Amino acid sequence: MRREQTVNACLILALLAAPVLAQLAGEPFFITLATRVTILALAATGLNIALGLGGLVSFGHAAFFGIGGYAAGILATHAFNGMPLFLGIPGTNQMPVIWIVAMAAAGLLALPIGVISLRTSGVYFIMITLAFAQMIFYFAISWPAYGGEDGLSIYVRNAFPGINTLKPMPFFLICFSLLAVALLVFSRLRDSRFGAALEAARQNPERLAAVGIAPNRIRLAAFVISAMVTALAGALFSDLNRFVSPSMLSWQMSGELIVLIILGGVGRLAGPLAGATLYVLFEYALGGITEHWQLFLGLILLAVVLFARGGVIGMLAGRAKHG
Amino acid sequence: MAEPVLEIRNLSKSFGALKAAVGVNFDLMPGEIHALIGPNGAGKTTLIHQIAGTLTPDEGEIRFLGKDVRSLSVAERARMGLGRTFQVSSLAQEFSALRNVMLAVQARQGTSFRFFRPVMSDPSLTEPAMAALQRVGLQDRADVPAAELSHGERRRLEIAIALALEARVFLLDEPMAGMGPDGSRELTAFLDELRHQAPILLVEHDMDAVFALADRVSVLVYGRVIASGPAAEIRRHPAVREAYLGEGA
Ligand SMILES: Nc1ncnc2c1ncn2[C@@H]1O[C@H](COP(=O)(O)OP(=O)(O)OP(=O)(O)O)[C@@H](O)[C@H]1O
Ligand SMILES: [Mg+2]
Repeated sequence: MRREQTVNACLILALLAAPVLAQLAGEPFFITLATRVTILALAATGLNIALGLGGLVSFGHAAFFGIGGYAAGILATHAFNGMPLFLGIPGTNQMPVIWIVAMAAAGLLALPIGVISLRTSGVYFIMITLAFAQMIFYFAISWPAYGGEDGLSIYVRNAFPGINTLKPMPFFLICFSLLAVALLVFSRLRDSRFGAALEAARQNPERLAAVGIAPNRIRLAAFVISAMVTALAGALFSDLNRFVSPSMLSWQMSGELIVLIILGGVGRLAGPLAGATLYVLFEYALGGITEHWQLFLGLILLAVVLFARGGVIGMLAGRAKHG
Repeated sequence: MAEPVLEIRNLSKSFGALKAAVGVNFDLMPGEIHALIGPNGAGKTTLIHQIAGTLTPDEGEIRFLGKDVRSLSVAERARMGLGRTFQVSSLAQEFSALRNVMLAVQARQGTSFRFFRPVMSDPSLTEPAMAALQRVGLQDRADVPAAELSHGERRRLEIAIALALEARVFLLDEPMAGMGPDGSRELTAFLDELRHQAPILLVEHDMDAVFALADRVSVLVYGRVIASGPAAEIRRHPAVREAYLGEGA
């Protein structure tokens, strides 16, 4: 347990140190890279609640990532052109408001998706969450109002009171703070009564029901919370790229989030962070050399699944321990 | 006369052509141990599943504490006080013994929608759980993951979980299975005490234990109750000896 905490602390400090060093060295590109790691780690931390703790292999979390992204893009567009959204409600370029809208929208969407998907399990659950995400993906492509297939540009990055978000470093720090909060929420949640029930629902739903706790209500709540965290990351991702497109909603994106977790360590606090770090470094290091870098990623993933079940965190800190 | 705690009327259940319960009547009075015996495949576990709610009967009535529970889910019935153990241990494998029991304590206390307080530093969960482990003699194994417990320890952990539920009735599916003679003797003494806490429906193949403990015995064969009555009577019942005890004498 101690050892895992040390590993986690090192990872988080490294994430914080990298952009500071980049700033000192006058290499702002690396700040953007670190921001990308942070946002992907946040998205995967959301998924880690459903997948890691609850054993719910959602292959549709891109839907929530994308909803968050579009919430940021659409609100920013309306704020920019001054046209009301609907019913006279104006857009906004204020990040805190955008985050709340993004999370609320994803939560509202996750509720019916969760209710329906949780009637199934195993491979069927994977397929039905994928199907829902694909529906939303095609909807986004065919709906011209917000760019359709071409996506939607955010001309000026959204604002945060008192902080200049246009500079890479302050924006990184915003993302980093949100990741830190999300990790705190994840660890509290995991250790709480809710987390105990959720982890028991993963291990043995029959046993959980036999002590009087209905597994599906617990799973549904986890699914919704998980979607909301991933949506928050989506909103940040749009602001990082100043662009949102249906690719954020694609099944590849859903797969990428799962890959991050498997690489880093399923159900582990810093698993998504470790996975995202590895993924982005890989993409950066090999993406320049060959466009087939994902092939190498695939090989690494295969090795992790076959030889290192606990991912990076499992390798560095050993097996997970439950009190 | 007192009201039965558990009352089963005319229960029938088939799996295709296979009849696992045919017009079964069964009841459990306060303070008693009512054993259910019968050959392999008679339908004993199926009956427990129907009482607990994991299987739905085709026909018949199940009343628990005077209430018809057929429309209630497994979890709702458990919250009413149905504490069961599984014939094949069913535990949260990665959790320690203590955490398995804490789950029951947590369920007993009400909502699990509490998101912030860590369970391991909550004495209102750990203390009752530890007390339940102590009662089955597992206190020294509290931190061991369920998957690493021995077979006998897992059986006892199942009972500790039912204890922590503060069950109003215990449904025990072959608690002695694979316990060894010492284990069986210990458990027999334990169950003898337990009946004062809540009545027990005991499914068991160990006849020494059954006749040492049971106030009443019902015999199930191919889904039918072929005999039911005080233990001493059942022991002498010719049809029982033939059908189940398998003795010529
Ligand atoms: N879900 C099911 N689907 C089909 N058949 C089943 C199912 N569950 C049990 N059966 C069958 O019903 C019959 C009764 O099974 P049950 O497990 O209740 O027997 P049992 O009396 O508990 O036997 P044992 O002493 O071996 O535990 C068996 O023939 C079994 O194969
Ligand atoms: Mg059985």
